[in-house]
Amino acid sequence: MSSDKFPEKNLPEEENGPQHSDARRTFLKQSSLLTALALAPSAAIKAAELKFEEKVAAVFEQVKVTLGINGKKHKLSIEPRATLLDLLREQMHLTGTKKGCDYGQCGACTVHVDGQRVLSCLTLAAMVDGKEVTTIEGLANGDKLHPMQEAFIKHDGFQCGYCTPGQIMSAVACVREGHADSDEEIREYMSGNICRCGAYPNIVNAIKEVKNGGQRV
Amino acid sequence: MIQFQYVKPSKSKAAIDTVAKDQSAVFIAGGTNLVDLMKRGVMNPEKLVDINKLPLRKIERENGNVRIGALALNGAVAEDKLVLEKHPLLAQALNAGASAQLRNMATVGGNMMQRVRCPYFYDTAMPCNKREPGTGCGALEGYNRMHAIFGHSDKCIAVNPSDMNVALVALDAVVLVSGPKGDRKIPFAEFHRLPGDTPQIHTNLQQGELIMAVDVPENPYTKNVNYLKVRDRNSYAFALVSVAAALDLDGSTIKSARLAMGGVAHKPWRLNEAEQFLAGKPATEATFLQAAQIAMRGAKAFEHNKFKLTLGPNTIVQALKNASGVA
Repeated sequence: MSSDKFPEKNLPEEENGPQHSDARRTFLKQSSLLTALALAPSAAIKAAELKFEEKVAAVFEQVKVTLGINGKKHKLSIEPRATLLDLLREQMHLTGTKKGCDYGQCGACTVHVDGQRVLSCLTLAAMVDGKEVTTIEGLANGDKLHPMQEAFIKHDGFQCGYCTPGQIMSAVACVREGHADSDEEIREYMSGNICRCGAYPNIVNAIKEVKNGGQRV
Repeated sequence: MIQFQYVKPSKSKAAIDTVAKDQSAVFIAGGTNLVDLMKRGVMNPEKLVDINKLPLRKIERENGNVRIGALALNGAVAEDKLVLEKHPLLAQALNAGASAQLRNMATVGGNMMQRVRCPYFYDTAMPCNKREPGTGCGALEGYNRMHAIFGHSDKCIAVNPSDMNVALVALDAVVLVSGPKGDRKIPFAEFHRLPGDTPQIHTNLQQGELIMAVDVPENPYTKNVNYLKVRDRNSYAFALVSVAAALDLDGSTIKSARLAMGGVAHKPWRLNEAEQFLAGKPATEATFLQAAQIAMRGAKAFEHNKFKLTLGPNTIVQALKNASGVA
């Protein structure tokens, strides 16, 4: 609404009048804080807009974690509710890891934790304390792509590309685990990564090439 | 997801005491089911007690059993040498469940605690006696294609979604539990419950009781076994019907059998009468067909899952054929 349509002088007195404002603000402050506690995070955002952020932040517990991400150690303070996926994307700005379904059904968020492929959307970041995380950004060696990345490009292992980081992280693990010995085995052990474009045959070909190529994966 | 407190004790006693005295506290291990349910507002614990510091990951021989620690990962158990040698049926069932990523996160104890996948349980806008006792069962007259044909009540017709549980109930596993009142052992068949009038209570664990390990006793079922899972797609889907079949064969005669079904009841469904029928019979298709008929006695389907009355016995026969090698 523009202010010329609703000029200030037309506002009801109780909204504009100085006589009630202090009491009203105090009431708002207290009630908003209580509401924020009960209904975070949307109420917390409202409270933050009303400049109570310090008070709200103080009552939100933070957990301190130390974790390695792509070979670099990080000491972070995080909210217990944060998933590893949200930590990577929102706090570390590593947006290569994708949020697909966010409920553990699509595999787009696959990363490696201590060398094992896991779903970052169902992993609470607080539970990764002391561990080493590898994302798609940590796979290449400088400017030299990882053999699996090369193979996905060569075999056209994607169309829209949204599932690709998860596919590649899963594919690397699939080869390392020794589950890439046949088309059937690759399909079974890659079944946690959904590709809506249907690039599956090309993904299988890419994995087979890396497996048969014998490079260090 | 609501706010919660996160603690990570290093002693099982501290973990147990914390959950025992706080109704709103729960244990978290792999989190693959719990975090999902918390995101959806289906479960709203105010305190998470992370048990990953506890030393419960070992898989070892213990007193005639294979003892599997509660925190052993599903993927690790499925590829463990001792498990593959002694209990290949368990390895097959584990590999039929979830995806490689989830099996790297999910623990044996957590898998036992897995909640039902009924869409009415998951959708907080729908009635569900399990999630909100007294609101009714949405599935009873609703979309009940995935639901139970055995042991259901008019309060709940959901099924236990675990594959591992089906193998463990067939193999006479025993659950080792530690709680505020001490330790106890629960036979696997008595760990999960039928819904009855209290579907909100999904296992026989008491508040604060923690699964420490599961014992799988040595048995002759090391060779002729099959876990057969039928689902809407070839991999990474919950079972419509699954069957765990284990035979001890003397030539072509069945000395003894173990048989259980998944996807058909609120708990992993052991088929004792069919097992007794199989003992001493020749391993033939005719025997398996009769066993399947016995197994299906008392089955009652709903509007959308009548196919399970046919799929069930067919899957039993096929699993027994696969296990025995009878073509």
